[in-house]
Amino acid sequence: MKVAISQLAVRYGATQVIDGLDLSAGPGEILAVLGPNGSGKSSLVKAVAGLVPYAGSITFDGEARRPGRIGYMPQDIGARAALTVLETVLLGRLGRLGLRVGEADLAAVDAVLSELGLHRLAARYLGELSGGQRQLVFLAQALAAEPRLLMLDEPISALDVRHQLEVLEIVRRLTIARRLTTLVVLHDLNMAARFADAVAVICNGRLARFGAPADVIDERMLAQVFGVEASVALAGDGRPNVTPLRASRR
Amino acid sequence: MTDVLLAPLSRSRAEGVAALHGAIARRRAMVLLAGSLGLVASLVLDVATGPAFLSPADVVRSLAGTAGERSVDAIVWSIRLPVAFVALVVGAALGLSGAIMQTILNNPLASSYTLGVSAGAGFGAALVIVIGVALPVPEAYAVPVMAFLFAGLACAGVYAIGQTRDASPEMLVLGGIALLFLFQALLSLLQFVASPEALQQIVFWLFGSLQKATWGKLAIIALVLVACVPCLMRDAWRLTALKLGDERARGLGVDVRRLRLRCFGLVSALTGVAVAFVGTIGFVGLVAPHVARMLVGEDQRSFLPASALFGALLLSLASIASKTVLPGAIVPIGIVTSLVGVPFFVWLTVSCRRAFW
Repeated sequence: MKVAISQLAVRYGATQVIDGLDLSAGPGEILAVLGPNGSGKSSLVKAVAGLVPYAGSITFDGEARRPGRIGYMPQDIGARAALTVLETVLLGRLGRLGLRVGEADLAAVDAVLSELGLHRLAARYLGELSGGQRQLVFLAQALAAEPRLLMLDEPISALDVRHQLEVLEIVRRLTIARRLTTLVVLHDLNMAARFADAVAVICNGRLARFGAPADVIDERMLAQVFGVEASVALAGDGRPNVTPLRASRR
Repeated sequence: MTDVLLAPLSRSRAEGVAALHGAIARRRAMVLLAGSLGLVASLVLDVATGPAFLSPADVVRSLAGTAGERSVDAIVWSIRLPVAFVALVVGAALGLSGAIMQTILNNPLASSYTLGVSAGAGFGAALVIVIGVALPVPEAYAVPVMAFLFAGLACAGVYAIGQTRDASPEMLVLGGIALLFLFQALLSLLQFVASPEALQQIVFWLFGSLQKATWGKLAIIALVLVACVPCLMRDAWRLTALKLGDERARGLGVDVRRLRLRCFGLVSALTGVAVAFVGTIGFVGLVAPHVARMLVGEDQRSFLPASALFGALLLSLASIASKTVLPGAIVPIGIVTSLVGVPFFVWLTVSCRRAFW
C-alpha cells in the first residue's frame, strides 16, 4: 500500500506540532521516523492512523479512505487491565471478533504468538509481565490484525539489545513477505540505519531530511537536528553507523 | 525468537492457543455456574429468613407448588419472594453499573455510589418528599421517578463535565466527585429545611430498604436489566479494548467517545431504576466488580455477567444479614451493605493479585 502524506499539519490547541510535512512510503518498505523528543514523530503516526485531527492530505493507494486493516502500536505500554496475553493479542482483531471467538481468529493469534515466541506467556496476565514482555505483546496485537499498514511507535524502547534486533528482524521479514507498509518511530539511529529502507527526520514539526539511510544519517544532520557531535562511518553493506561523541551546543 | 525474555513456563506450546482459550472459557463458566448455584441457595435462605420461621425445605416446597399450607404460600409468594427477587435484580443492576463505570473510567474506585449518581437519585427523591414536586405519575411512583430522573441528570452532568477538556477518564472521575459533593450538599440543605416527618422519610429512603418491594416494581427493574444486558454484551470486546487505555482502543478502531456515551446511558438506566425503588445502596456497585475481576479477569464477556451475578449474590446475602443481625428487627439494607462492604472491600484490595489493578 502506498501511503502519501502531503502538507500535513497537526495542531493541539494553540500548539502546532507538525507543519507542512510531505512524506511517502510504499509496500514492502520500512520508513523509520527519527527526531528529537517532542519533534512530532508520534503525532505523525497518529495522524496517519487517523487518531488525531489534521490538515493536509494522507492517501492510501491514492484513496483518502483509511484501509480497514491497520496495525497500530502506541508508545505507551502501561496498561492496567486484568487481561491475559491471549485476550490482549486477540483484541488486535477487534473488528472481526464475536462473542464466540472463531477458529480463524485463534489461528491468527496462534501464528503471531509463535512468530514472536510468546506462546509461553499466553495465559499470563499483563500485570505479571515486564515492560519488555508487554512491548512484545502489543507488537503481537498490532500484527494480529494482519495489517497492510503497520505503525509502530517506539516498539523497542523497553527491550534489551538482543530483543531489539530480533523484533526489528521480524518486522522487516513480515514487511517484505506480506508487502506491508511499515512506519516505525525509533530513537536508535543505528537500528534505523540497519533496518529501514527510508528515513524521515523530523525537527520541530517539519521534515528535516528524507531519503535512504546513507543519504540522511550523517554528521551534519546529527549536529543540526539532534545537537550531537558524532562520527558516522559506512559499514560494509553501505549503511551508516553512528558513534555519538558529545552533545554540542545548539 | 523462541525464549522471549526467558519467562517461566505457564503453558506448553503443544496445547495451542485454541486449547488455552477453551480452558480459560471453561474455567470462567465454572465460576459463573458456582456463583449461580450460590445465588439459588441464597435466594432460598433469603425467603426462609424473617419474623415467621420457615425452613428452606418449606420454601422449596412452596416454590414447587407443593407446600400444602396456605399461610406458607402467602408468606413466600406475597411477602418474601418479591423482596428476595428485588434484592437479586437490584444487586445485579448495581454490580453491572459498577462494572461499566470501572471499565469506561479505567478506575477501580468508580461506581455509581462513589461518583454521585446515587447521590443525585437521593436528592431527586428528597425533592419530592420535601417540596412535593408534581409529576404526571401515580403518587406512589413520584419518588422513584424523580430518583430515576436525577440519577440520569447526575450521569449526564458527569459526562458533560468530562467532555469539557480532553474527555479523559480522569476528567470524568473529577466530574463525578464534584457532583457527589454537590448533591450531598443539596441533600443536606433539603434535610435542613425539611419538616421532622419529611426528614424522617428522607433518612429512611437514604438508608435503602427492600421491604417495599412488589411484583410490579420487580418487573420494572428486571425489564430494564434485561434490556441493558444485550446492549452491553454487543460492546463487550470494545469495552475490553478500552481497558487498555483510550489511545490503544482508538488505535484498535473503537469510537471511544460514542462507547462512553452509550455506556453512561446504560449506567444511568441501571442505577436509576435500582435506587429508585430501594434507595441508595452503597458498596455493591464497587465491590461486585472487584470480586468478578479477581475470579474471571476483565474480558468483558465474562466480567460483565460475573459482576451482575456477584452483585446479586452480595445483595441477597446482605438481605439475609439485614433480617438476622438484630433479632426481631430488619436493619435497612443500605446500612448492612456498607457495614459488611467496607471490611470486605479492604480485604479484597489488600489480598488481590497485584496484576489486577
